[in-house]
Amino acid sequence: MGKVSLQTARANQILLDAILTPEKLPSLPPADWDLLIRVARRVRLLGRLEADLSNAGLLGMIPAKAAEHLRAARNVIEHRRTLVTWEVNRLLWALKGTDVPIILLKGAAYMVAGLPPAPGRLFADVDLLVPEERVAGIEEKLVSKGWFKMEIDPYDDRYYRVWMHEIPPLRHRERGTEIDIHHRILPRTSRLKPDPALLFEAALPLADPRLRILAPADLVLHSVVHLFLEGDPTEGLRFRDLLDLHLLLGHYGQAPGFWEGVVPRACRLGLARPLYYGLRFTQHFFATGIPKTVLDEINRLRPVWPIRALMDFLVPLAILPGHPDHPNRLASLARWLLYIRAHWLKMPPVMLVRHLSYKAYLRFRGINKKVDLAQLDLRQQ
Amino acid sequence: MRVGELMQGELESRLAGKGLTVQLGPFNIRIQTDVAPFPLLIHQLYQSYRLTPTDEIGDFNVRIARPKSLRRWFRQQIFFSVDGRSPFAPYSIEHSFPALEWGINWCIATRAHHLLMLHSAVVERNGNAILFPAWPGHGKSTLCTALVFSGWRLLSDEFGLVRPEDGLLLPIPRLIPLKNESIDVIKNFRPEAVIGPSFLKTRKGTVAHVIPPEDSILRSQEPAKPRWLIFPRWVAGAPLSLEPIPKSQAFLMVATNAFNYEVLDQTAFRLVTDMVKACDCHSLVYSDLSEAVAAIDALTRPTDG
Repeated sequence: MGKVSLQTARANQILLDAILTPEKLPSLPPADWDLLIRVARRVRLLGRLEADLSNAGLLGMIPAKAAEHLRAARNVIEHRRTLVTWEVNRLLWALKGTDVPIILLKGAAYMVAGLPPAPGRLFADVDLLVPEERVAGIEEKLVSKGWFKMEIDPYDDRYYRVWMHEIPPLRHRERGTEIDIHHRILPRTSRLKPDPALLFEAALPLADPRLRILAPADLVLHSVVHLFLEGDPTEGLRFRDLLDLHLLLGHYGQAPGFWEGVVPRACRLGLARPLYYGLRFTQHFFATGIPKTVLDEINRLRPVWPIRALMDFLVPLAILPGHPDHPNRLASLARWLLYIRAHWLKMPPVMLVRHLSYKAYLRFRGINKKVDLAQLDLRQQ
Repeated sequence: MRVGELMQGELESRLAGKGLTVQLGPFNIRIQTDVAPFPLLIHQLYQSYRLTPTDEIGDFNVRIARPKSLRRWFRQQIFFSVDGRSPFAPYSIEHSFPALEWGINWCIATRAHHLLMLHSAVVERNGNAILFPAWPGHGKSTLCTALVFSGWRLLSDEFGLVRPEDGLLLPIPRLIPLKNESIDVIKNFRPEAVIGPSFLKTRKGTVAHVIPPEDSILRSQEPAKPRWLIFPRWVAGAPLSLEPIPKSQAFLMVATNAFNYEVLDQTAFRLVTDMVKACDCHSLVYSDLSEAVAAIDALTRPTDG
């Protein structure tokens, strides 16, 4: 165990140093570059490193091999950015004549609004937030214009429709890109119930007036919700989501009124607890500049001591990737516990047990997708 | 230092420990495994490949391992993993070597997006390269093997790696996997070619690996410029035909048969355009290897001088 914790600590430190002080990367020894590339790939931050080094004009100062991996990451990111931009364009085309406010969420929102998390960020799908009563109409319209409802098993379909905050993803027949339509930011069954109507009221128009973005405080709170309440059992919390939060706080924190409004807004939406964790851990990892008055305000809403101590122990363990050759059992346990915690907050106990047993059963049966290397058409990747 | 210069015991302990780091063209691959046949097979098949110096950055870290769970006791299986992750189906232990080779191809095809990756065999003579873009089953590996044992240098039987900076082709002279009937065809064509053991009943049928000529492996850092595009197709009993084709058609066939044309976007368009402009483009239908090799020789000889 001693060796594993040592290697875990080394890998995590190299990653943190690279993100916090990219200007020091040109003096990184090759053995550390080797590890940094592997670790940054796992947490999908190769693109971020490329963007930081490129901004600082330092790409020419790093080993050629490292530069190749960063270049590869950048090429993929630029390609995804083109796809997402085009998908948003097609979405607006498909919904022409429908008078409905569409709020872009997460990656697509950062990209279209030009927010600081966008550079070097890998975009996956297009996430939208629309009023619940409009979901069926939008879904129908998209299906008539080339998107299709992905075939999922009846359990998952019911899971989405009855309990979730989004409908099953729609995929375009030719382009293969996915659109996730949300009507709230947390599942219906969640213990935390931020009222979506408040989010729609406060949303702001983007350059294209048909698109909107959540108001600054709401956007930060959604990022916090995404960080602490979504995730998967192996990845646990996503380090890149915490970095997004840090960058958003740094950006909006400059604007007058943001810091005064964020804690009251969190209370109004019932999200004070996730905000507490978000502020605590961005400050812990990135020394984010948060005014003392805000910290005092949020500290009055913090959880009781044992829970605080437990989260202070679990989150740093789970959120950093560790060394790929030396899997850390304690970190895996922490990731699993945080995954259970997230589900605990999202569904009532009986349902939680039923849901997790069903998922475990699928894993046991080996139904989860496995790639067959021999049959793989590599050109499809 | 080369893999073949390592003592068997040293090779085994590197594979089971920190990993054996091998240079495969532009990539440094770290291989870790404690599965039985590997030290012997790697000693035999990888002997001419260069070991990466310890101060160089590795590109892909791959591992072949038996499952840790109870499963290992009732089924003899192995898993391929990259950087500690294994999103892959298991293989029977008899097929662990082909699984490693497929796995390394997967790493290249899904990660090396700093290069344009064409799905093509590539050989070179006197600095000029022929690309053979083809779909699986069109006999590209067999033809490519015949050529590299007839005076051509192997760049790759699978990946046409184009460097965006100058449009040159980077060699990646990996072992050439032959399938089914091709194995005997090559044994008859060039009895001196060294072919590894046949792996029976893999998911691609019988597979055996040819070791490329030593010269190709040693010159794996020497790029070549594209000069001909030949689209081959093996058809049983067909008379030989080697015909020029329009460049517009060649462009489409190259662009639609690449691993990452879309990812590289405008750069890919520019690179393929330049390549098609610089190349004579032909289609080849053949049934007899010797005839095909002679026809390619006759086509390319005048340029070679």
